Amino acid sequence: MSSLTIFNQLEISHYIYLSTVLFSIGLFGVLFRRNAIILLMCIELMLNAVNLLFVAFSSYMGDSDGQIFVFFIMVVAAAEAAVGLAILVLVYRNTRKTDVSVLDNLKG
Amino acid sequence: MNLPIPFLILSFLTILSALYVVTSKSPVHSVLALIFTFFTISAHYVLLNAQFLAVVNLIVYAGAIMVLFLFVLMLLNLSKEIEPIKSNAWAIAATISAGSILLMITAAFQVFGEAVAKNPVEGIGLVKALGNVLFTRFLVPFELTGILFLAAMVGAVLLGKREKKPTELSTNETINP
Repeated sequence: MSSLTIFNQLEISHYIYLSTVLFSIGLFGVLFRRNAIILLMCIELMLNAVNLLFVAFSSYMGDSDGQIFVFFIMVVAAAEAAVGLAILVLVYRNTRKTDVSVLDNLKG
Repeated sequence: MNLPIPFLILSFLTILSALYVVTSKSPVHSVLALIFTFFTISAHYVLLNAQFLAVVNLIVYAGAIMVLFLFVLMLLNLSKEIEPIKSNAWAIAATISAGSILLMITAAFQVFGEAVAKNPVEGIGLVKALGNVLFTRFLVPFELTGILFLAAMVGAVLLGKREKKPTELSTNETINP
């Protein structure tokens, strides 16, 4: 099986670096962008980086618990996307914008 | 250090499309790049012998969540919106923050990652093995997840419907006094 031979050539640290880079890209997006939809998408990106790390550790340690956790993270991500987008639609109806910088009413 | 070519190509594509998600001006391009990122992450799952999760990732993320995002983009007609660009100070601050997180996590894992012994077990990512674990040891969390989903569904519907009452109220108020 060719995927198994590739698996045997890789160390866990390669996946750690890859998912850390993905997580940092997502974090940069959350800090830098203002469009609320892009912010939600960057959060999805960060969750996926964590998922990748979970699957990598699960496969390397031969323990399927990590993959079960990825299921639960996916569920939470789906719920978060649904509620977040509903809030976003509500904000858009009220302000005609999806810019998060208009949401500073709590500043007083 | 000689890495296998498929892993290198996949990682390159993943990081490139993730960067495009963050830097693209058009939200629709961002969504499409994110879908591509999910496809490459699914390919990574296949490389890691997590075949079932690869399929689930495609169905749930690329199939359901991203379609939701696209629907919202199209409904709100945001595809052409030009976002005001944050100042350079913000860009520098965001780069420094993300870079220091990157540095910190890699430094932390450098010590820890070596301790993981490679112990692959055959067929761990297949439906049979995962279903066995999910419906025995993780049964209670699985059921609680169903309740969480129900709550999220009710919340999303409630948030979406809330609009009617305030507008009616406000029009009544403007008419009555």
